[in-house]
Amino acid sequence: MNNGAPTLQVDNLETHFFTKDGVAKAVDGVSFSVNRGEIMGLVGESGSGKSVTGFSILGLVDPPGRVVGGRVLFQGTDLLTLDPEGLRQLRGNRIAMIFQDPMMTLNPVLRVDTQMIETVRAHDASVSEDAARARARDALGQVGIPSPDERLKAYPHQFSGGMRQRVAIAIALLNKPDLIIADEPTTALDVTIQGQILYEAQKLCRETGTALIWITHDLAVIAGLADQISVMYAGRIVEQGMLDEVLDRPAHPYTRGLLGSVPGHNTRGKRLYQIPGMTPSLLNLPRGCAFKDRCPHGDGACDVAPEITNPLPGRALRCAHPQLDAGGRAP
Amino acid sequence: MTVFIIRRILQSLAVVMVMSFIVFGGVNIVGDPVEMMVSDEATQEEREKVIRSMGLDKPWYVQYGRFVAGALEGNLGKSFVYGEPALEIIVHRIPATFELALAALLLAIVIGIPLGVYAGLKPDTVASKSIMAGSILGFSLPTFWVGLMFIMVFAVILGWLPSTGRGDTVPLLGIDVSFLTLDGLAHLFLPALNLALFKISLVIRLARAGTREVVHQDYIKFARAKGLRNSRIVLVHLMKNIMIPVVTVLGLEFGGLIAFSVVTETVFAWPGMGKLIIDSIQSLDRPVIVAYLMIIVLIFVIINLVVDVLYSILDPRVRLSEMKS
Amino acid sequence: MSDAAAPPAPADAGKVETPFRRFCRDYADSRIATAALAVLVAIILLALFAPWVAPTDPYDLASVSILDGKLKPGSQSMDGLTYWLGTDGAGRDLVSAIIYGLRISLGVGVMSGVFALCIGTAVGLAAAYFGGRVDAFIMRVVDIQLSFPAILIALILLAILGKGVDKITIALVIAQWAYYARTVRGSALVERNKEYIEAAQCLALGHNRIVFRHLFPNCLPPLIVVGTIQTAHAISLEATLSFLGVGLPISEPSLGLLISNGFDFMLSGLYWISFFPGVALLVTIVAINLVGDQLRDVLNPRLQK
Repeated sequence: MNNGAPTLQVDNLETHFFTKDGVAKAVDGVSFSVNRGEIMGLVGESGSGKSVTGFSILGLVDPPGRVVGGRVLFQGTDLLTLDPEGLRQLRGNRIAMIFQDPMMTLNPVLRVDTQMIETVRAHDASVSEDAARARARDALGQVGIPSPDERLKAYPHQFSGGMRQRVAIAIALLNKPDLIIADEPTTALDVTIQGQILYEAQKLCRETGTALIWITHDLAVIAGLADQISVMYAGRIVEQGMLDEVLDRPAHPYTRGLLGSVPGHNTRGKRLYQIPGMTPSLLNLPRGCAFKDRCPHGDGACDVAPEITNPLPGRALRCAHPQLDAGGRAP
Repeated sequence: MTVFIIRRILQSLAVVMVMSFIVFGGVNIVGDPVEMMVSDEATQEEREKVIRSMGLDKPWYVQYGRFVAGALEGNLGKSFVYGEPALEIIVHRIPATFELALAALLLAIVIGIPLGVYAGLKPDTVASKSIMAGSILGFSLPTFWVGLMFIMVFAVILGWLPSTGRGDTVPLLGIDVSFLTLDGLAHLFLPALNLALFKISLVIRLARAGTREVVHQDYIKFARAKGLRNSRIVLVHLMKNIMIPVVTVLGLEFGGLIAFSVVTETVFAWPGMGKLIIDSIQSLDRPVIVAYLMIIVLIFVIINLVVDVLYSILDPRVRLSEMKS
Repeated sequence: MSDAAAPPAPADAGKVETPFRRFCRDYADSRIATAALAVLVAIILLALFAPWVAPTDPYDLASVSILDGKLKPGSQSMDGLTYWLGTDGAGRDLVSAIIYGLRISLGVGVMSGVFALCIGTAVGLAAAYFGGRVDAFIMRVVDIQLSFPAILIALILLAILGKGVDKITIALVIAQWAYYARTVRGSALVERNKEYIEAAQCLALGHNRIVFRHLFPNCLPPLIVVGTIQTAHAISLEATLSFLGVGLPISEPSLGLLISNGFDFMLSGLYWISFFPGVALLVTIVAINLVGDQLRDVLNPRLQK
């Protein structure tokens, strides 16, 4: 379809929130690209700007937030300069989004069929009501909802949380999008359901060539899912690379901290690592590297914001003290 | 659902019973009905004759029993002024009052909701701030004075609209209505707008508050992420959610409209039951007063009942939880 | 790396900020509300000192001449006095009539407000303090009463009682006490469930002491707000009922009666007889409502930082 060009390429994206207490740079120079059929994990703590990145791509940032710079190229079109109507036609059609809390994403007073059919017909008014309904039914079946015909007539509150998230995913799939942005879609769900949904998401991307950005704070989720990984901290991507390589040889102290705090088979009986301190407020970031106060290697060199370097092949890093020893999980 | 409705009906019956007791007690015990009936110069014998003829020499519970029995048969005495059964007089006046109240309700929705939703969607624009300032004024303006000003401006100075009466009426399903004739509509407009003014302010506030709350919900953002047009998001996703509180409050306020129609009907000489009660109080027409009070209590209880049931139908969540209980 | 952050320097270290001073400063944040308060104070002063500030005594038959009747605003009287707002049908100076009318309207509104507040507070505190069946019963009565509009209840009562200052005050008190009771019960319940009340009960402090020393003070802020708004309602309601001819008798010419008097003249174009008393009523109500709104914002603990 798009010979080699990435489905989505984000360059130097900046989204700021203009609050009463100052400007919060929620997204501060973020760049990445996702290819056809590829899954990228966007990892970070809450408040790191990963969700805002997702909303910025779709032009869904609410005031006082505003995208102030960068480019978001989707199949060659810059979404940031696209007119509202053009953007609307892409949303839910070529680019779909899945939200974090399935209890909140479906409109409580509209039936599921209404919410699905409108998604089809908003992008192609020529589809008849019946055809749209058939597509909705197929999509529900595709995400594993039993007896979809009956369930179409139900209201959201008649579904469990896991089922609601499946409905939301079915809505995202309705128009066979080229890109799905999933914002912590499994965080609110039971672990077993989480596993099923992850498996189905992966299968979908492999089969249809849909690119997927999976936003999460949970490295364990990404580990079994993604092709590449971007780690965000305080509005910036601090480390980026192929999933296996980053997990094997994390170069940024923050990535190492995150990995060290995940319980694994070789950490049994040992104390889990904990990153000291707290996520800094975006309104009051330390000068230079935002992580330096919590970093075991933080020193005077970190008072200057680190530029992006490529210490390893296929790896992008923002750190004055790259950790290049192999394997080191805990710093 | 059925259990829910039956429970509500029983509750309503209890309220009607209590209110009948209060109305009866108020008119017959606190106020002296003999005083209302007999002129100051009447002799002692005349007074006693009236007392006996009204059964006022019997103990209160016998009197109350008679009153309830009469009320159940639709007999609340004859009007002193019109010489006709009080209940009949009131029932004849009900359509005019309901027509006025419904027209006001319609105006409140048609004017209030768009303004309120707009003010909620764009809270910082000058237009929104003016709308909100206007709604504060609408809350403070005394209805009767605004009515007078309407008459002065639109009837006396500009001469655009008539100021009194119902105008031409035509029967609809056996009931005379004004809104189907041009002349009737012209007569209806000012009183209805006057009566609606307070409710317009209320609807604006409700719609604005609801909009402010709903626009920040995830499901609105999700609707945008689905690529829906703004018109569909506002008209379907937002409206259906804010309509629940608006309809509930408006339903409850329909009773308020009927109560306040007393004022508007007096100002615009609208021949409804509100004007009737004021005339009857002036002329001490006790049977009509009692009949009016009982009817208005009944109307209120029915409105509250209907709103409760309607609410449960509109909001699927309430319906479900009620069904379970 | 030092974690010791400097303590925030107080803005003006010299002054101790008393709660009252803080309240005044918060209130003055809104210019409109401050202006409304000034207007309200002026109206209250006018009403209090009506006999001294009014140009004429509109009810002194010796000084009112029917020959001066229905004069336009700005006309001169026979003895050279200017009627800035004109005269009514009986030749009374409207400025004076409005000032005297304010006295009656405010008097009835405030009096009924105070009585309703006392009764509602007592009932609400009792409901919150005793709880259980007492509470359930009281709140059921309150709920049922609140499902009827105040004007209807007042109308029912006046239909039974007849006209008069005392009668309309009673009617307004009965029509309004439930709002106060609900407000007081709500805030008292919040406080009631705190542990120190339980501790006070363990110490076997008397009911009165617990209720009035502990529960009541916590109900004051919402009570002040509701009291302000309800007083505006009472004034509006009294004017409406008097206009309808079921409130005050002709001998007590409140603003509502003045407007009612002008109604007959209006159709012949003599607008001012109804118009100016209405404006006075409107300004009074708007001023009280604005003050009430600002009080709510300032006193609401949730909005405080």
